[in-house]
Amino acid sequence: MSINSTRRAFTFGISAAAAGLAMSVRPLRSVAAPGNAPIAANEESPPEITAWIKIEPDDTTIIQVARSEMGQGNFTTLPMLVAEELECDWRFVRPRYVGANENILRGHAWGSMVTAASISVRESQSYLRKAGAQARHMLIAEAADRWQISPDECVARDSVVTHVPTGRTLRYGEIAEAAAHRPIPADVRLKPPEEWRLIGQSIPRVDVRDKVVGNPIYASDVRLPDMLFASVSACPVLGGRLKSFDASRIRGMPGVRRVVAVEGIAVAVLADSWWQAKKACDALPITWDPGEGKQVSTQTIRETYADGLTADDVAIGRKIGDVNKALSQALSVVHADYEVPYLAHTTMEPQTCTAYVRGEDVEVWAPTQNGEGTLVNVANTLGIPPSKVIVHKHHLGGGFGRRGLAQDWSRMAAHIAKQVDRPVKMIWTREEDIQHDYYRPMVLARQSAGFDAAGHLIGWQVRVCGSSILVDLSPDLLVNGQDLEMCNAFRDADMAYHVPNFEVGYVMRNNSVPVGYWRGVNHSQNGFFRECFIDELAHARNQDPYLFRRTLLSTAPRSLAVVDEVAKRANWGSARKGLFQGMALVECYNSVTAQVVEISVDDAGVLTVHRVVCAIDAGYIVNPDIVEAQMQGAVAYALGAVLYGAITLRDGEVEQSNFHDYRALRMNEMPRVETYLASSGDKYTKAWGGVGEPGTPPLAPAVCNAVFAATGKRIRSLPLANQQLRS
Amino acid sequence: MSASLGSITVNGLPRRPVSAGDTPLLWYLRDELGLTGTRFGCGAGLCGCCTVHVDGKAVRSCLERIDGLGGKQVTTIEQLSSNGLHPLQEAWIALQVPQCGYCQSGQIMQAAALLSENPDPSDADIDAAMSGNICRCGTYPRIRAAIKRVAKMQTKSSANRAPNSLE
Repeated sequence: MSINSTRRAFTFGISAAAAGLAMSVRPLRSVAAPGNAPIAANEESPPEITAWIKIEPDDTTIIQVARSEMGQGNFTTLPMLVAEELECDWRFVRPRYVGANENILRGHAWGSMVTAASISVRESQSYLRKAGAQARHMLIAEAADRWQISPDECVARDSVVTHVPTGRTLRYGEIAEAAAHRPIPADVRLKPPEEWRLIGQSIPRVDVRDKVVGNPIYASDVRLPDMLFASVSACPVLGGRLKSFDASRIRGMPGVRRVVAVEGIAVAVLADSWWQAKKACDALPITWDPGEGKQVSTQTIRETYADGLTADDVAIGRKIGDVNKALSQALSVVHADYEVPYLAHTTMEPQTCTAYVRGEDVEVWAPTQNGEGTLVNVANTLGIPPSKVIVHKHHLGGGFGRRGLAQDWSRMAAHIAKQVDRPVKMIWTREEDIQHDYYRPMVLARQSAGFDAAGHLIGWQVRVCGSSILVDLSPDLLVNGQDLEMCNAFRDADMAYHVPNFEVGYVMRNNSVPVGYWRGVNHSQNGFFRECFIDELAHARNQDPYLFRRTLLSTAPRSLAVVDEVAKRANWGSARKGLFQGMALVECYNSVTAQVVEISVDDAGVLTVHRVVCAIDAGYIVNPDIVEAQMQGAVAYALGAVLYGAITLRDGEVEQSNFHDYRALRMNEMPRVETYLASSGDKYTKAWGGVGEPGTPPLAPAVCNAVFAATGKRIRSLPLANQQLRS
Repeated sequence: MSASLGSITVNGLPRRPVSAGDTPLLWYLRDELGLTGTRFGCGAGLCGCCTVHVDGKAVRSCLERIDGLGGKQVTTIEQLSSNGLHPLQEAWIALQVPQCGYCQSGQIMQAAALLSENPDPSDADIDAAMSGNICRCGTYPRIRAAIKRVAKMQTKSSANRAPNSLE
């Protein structure tokens, strides 16, 4: 397309100019010692062939990665997308992080760095494949020129261009530098799926070896000359402030260098080692001003939300027909109230960030789900231009939504580091991490659904009440002041059930408890409400929950296919004696996922989850082995929350503090997980689906529906640890 | 103070810590010796992230004061195998166990201690040995499979050796 080509050329021109600019304004050389070198592109590497690719003379192929690796496989899957079209030998591929600073200076040459909402593959696949194809064309064109023949007579494969008629060859490494200076072709044909050779293969991950030998790949492993270590203590009452502290009491303690206030809400102790800092921080007398937050407890929040369920200030997330009329005309109506608690993330690596502030020159070593977000946050925190900040991205020791828009940890590190003239590595204790999170919201839900005389579901009304994530983390995404994402799993894009009269509404009630993104946020709490209620409706009609879902999916072939697949694979309805099944379906991140869970409950009420069968349709799959791992991981993450997860508040303070009272799933509780790919390619939608989160939302309702099958007890609030399963 | 601390052997090298005697082994390894492969997860012995070997036994280094380690042998992930990769590390790669990877040093050290005591563990043995090690990414099924793979290979190779020893 000509328009496209013009714009492409223009963009390239800007990028090239900006690249020069980037070099000239680059504020400082990194202080990182070679042993601490972040996994970032080397400045002395060869020129780019498109923004994404650099090929060394020895064929080493550096593929730049803008999104973050936090265990979900981005360092493997994103380069696979490029390599598929580049036709390079996969063994030569070396992924490197793109610098956030460079991305901004070059007009976002590498697109978005956001690593959230299961977005990395699905949002970047088209431009990554395109870049690979463009680079291949440039390499072929260079070879053809050297041979004085037509590019059409050449093929590229395994990092070699071959002139087919003569059998002459040139390695990519021999022509890469010259190819890099050729114009980038605007229009390139992408391979159709049947020609893919890498996409769809279980290529081993590139980051595994580092992770089994203990290599220093995490931000918390960074070691810099002259570095100090910081331990922090933030006001235990959420929303409270720092009043005073008595540094004289700890000044003589070994290794202690400084005690500093942080943003008026926390204190940091800086010492020669982290242990010294932590010990002194524990011993430091601090006076807090708890403020209004002290009035907040789980019970007061629950009362506020319960009132909210009948309030008039409702933001409607989706409306079909006239639900009030339908419910008033219904022959029978089912009502149910549900509740989920706040949940912490507990990334295995507690919150950490290292920062070095020298006047206006700033470097940050960060485990971030959003490199650019960290950069802008740090720049704003310090009141300096973004161009003065370098962010070194490191692999994350877990993300789960804690390290994306929630940048409290990078802000805090910047505040601490600006008060000393040495680099500072801040590491939170696990207690700080659990008590100062951006929690998955506590939410109350009320649902009513009615059937007509023929037994058809004619109306379904949903109200949810909780505090808004967008208000806390991303107010620019509010629509008319409202956070409709709190209705996810019930909206057009993510609920396939056909109900002639339907309405979901959200009542916003904000408070001092910070809320944020979480693996499958909103879809997971609302998926629990929705899929348990569907199970209730099926039982109200004396129907099998699977067949009941089928009747509501007659106009939704994609979801129907996934439900059918999971039912078939799980032998729905034929569980072994003593085992009971529960099913759930959730559509999210443009994927459809259904799970069947098999459980047993013994006479004492002890629940065992034996098996989880997952079927997922994510459109196209880049790496099936990684999808399987993500399903296992999503099940473990969700099951820990279903069984134990609850953050509660008393007098404004979080009551949980470490893994003994905020439990995670352990090895002995891990069920067998079977994953079946029900990939529909582009049959239903051109957009690809996400994989990191979709396995999480169906798990809670599938477990609780199985509990009902086993015990007749309907679970309407979580976690299960608070419930008696046998009375 | 440090002068009174006995020498600790870390990964085969005798060391005389500068850190204070109440310093947990974890922070001595990470901050004084720069052995950052051993990682901090909870500081309370609840997650197993920081597991290392002391005289061949798996211990939580976040709870182990260095003044109690005089004369003892400490082994970390960096030196689990002095000669290439340990069979568990190879199995971890073959079965693609890690996701974020942060807990995996501790998982591997725990598994290595298990196999040295019990070369052919049952599922229940694996549960008993490994359930103190949390993985928030949920790599448990692959950890279990990797341990069994190594156990199977080692049992097989010792079975192969058995007839020879009878000859």
